[in-house]
Amino acid sequence: MAVIVYTLAFVGGFCIMSLELLGGRVLAPYFGSSIYVWGSIITVFMLSLSVGYLLGGRLSLHHPSLGRFALIFLAAAACLYPLVYFSEAIMTWIFGQVADPRYGSLLASSILFILPTVIMGMISPYSVRMLVRTTTHSGHVAGVLYFVSTLGSALGTLATSFYLVLWFEINTILTLLTAALLAMAAIAALATRWVASGPAVTAETTVPSGKTA
Amino acid sequence: MMLRIAPAVLALAAALASAAPAHARIIHEERSLYSTILVNEQGPVRCLQFSIRRDQRNQSCVNQRRPKEMVFAYARMVMTGLLLEPEPRRILILGLGGGTLPMALNELLPEADIDVVEIDPAVVRVAREYFGFAPTERVDVFAQDGRVFVKRAAAQGETYDLVILDAFNGEYIPEHLMTREFLEEVRSLLGGDGVLVANTFSISDLYDHESATYAAVFGEFFNLRADNTGNRVIITRPGRLPPTDVLAERAAALQDTVAPYGVDYDELLGLMSTEPDWDPDARILTDQYSPANLLRSR
Repeated sequence: MAVIVYTLAFVGGFCIMSLELLGGRVLAPYFGSSIYVWGSIITVFMLSLSVGYLLGGRLSLHHPSLGRFALIFLAAAACLYPLVYFSEAIMTWIFGQVADPRYGSLLASSILFILPTVIMGMISPYSVRMLVRTTTHSGHVAGVLYFVSTLGSALGTLATSFYLVLWFEINTILTLLTAALLAMAAIAALATRWVASGPAVTAETTVPSGKTA
Repeated sequence: MMLRIAPAVLALAAALASAAPAHARIIHEERSLYSTILVNEQGPVRCLQFSIRRDQRNQSCVNQRRPKEMVFAYARMVMTGLLLEPEPRRILILGLGGGTLPMALNELLPEADIDVVEIDPAVVRVAREYFGFAPTERVDVFAQDGRVFVKRAAAQGETYDLVILDAFNGEYIPEHLMTREFLEEVRSLLGGDGVLVANTFSISDLYDHESATYAAVFGEFFNLRADNTGNRVIITRPGRLPPTDVLAERAAALQDTVAPYGVDYDELLGLMSTEPDWDPDARILTDQYSPANLLRSR
């Protein structure tokens, strides 16, 4: 099961940074490529991730399972994909309402990116809960998990800025990211068949959680 | 005779200036939000440069002994736009640099209202301090992103008789200023018969993509390529292009006026072509697909 959870975390990290980089290109036609456009995007992503961490940790308290984990990916995909269809109309509306491109870009990145990013932010803490067996190893598990998900983020940044934008349209890349999230949801859902029960342990015990993948 | 020699002398001066030789004295250096701005001076020629790399081209140069004279081929090429619209009343320039173009156009057309859009406020300061540029009653400067300015002006139904795109600083290409959607917004600023002059790229894969994009939005355009400088200027307008005999007629009438700027219309008309010399199947740049900086390096 550990391999599955690490894969989910890796892909989550990849999608977050790929989306952040695309954000700059999505906003540029309406708000320019001035430094404050990147400022808006990074602010919104950081805030959203921080809220996502909080919510993901909270969610992991109630019957954590791969099945519920799959739902997180499903929700992320559902919040990401509408960008393909609605971002133009939303930005056109904001462009007409807000004259200052600083606040225009802040508002636009909020409306476009908060939801998918909050949900993708939930992946990391939930992964920790799925993996931790003992308090002794909890720091180690968290360390490996950050390593894997941040590696995914690095690769998402690199792949998007070096290659994906050279090969594909922005909307195609957004669709691919949605597909990747859906694939992860499917993997997590299928894995529940093999992993009979989730890690039904409390932080203080060392009882193994039945079968592991 | 002087007129024949002048282009050769200017070409030499440009070659010397654009190489930014090591013995050019740096008189100002500052790091701005968008680039490193350098002002260097060699003899009477003072230049603006946007990178600390020695091999980087100068952006804009002024010969202080003959301040009117346009040192760079591309600036002289841009003046060819006046042959399509000899008396523009409203002019929009994206990209200030040292202010060469707005100052020359303001002198030539004192009645014209000129809007200059420059993303970097530091460049505006340097142009004022070191290149004698000054906003006037007729010349306004807006420190903002060119795309945002154009989109807003288009949305408000503004029109310009002449639009000059000169927002490329060599190191990095603003990719959102090269797309079909951007050119469509510019076209709507031109009304029925305004003229677009764009200083663009003549090397690398980007040439094909950019040419195909301009062709997709404007159809035919005049292409001016200077063999030695890597500059290429596109001149076009929404309607049909004027026939060459009309251009030659206007060139003859204007030549004396523009001569002090080093502009030789005979030479420039010789560079003009409407013949497509790019790959017509090159993918068009759009807001969805605009990897200009990646394409340039191929």
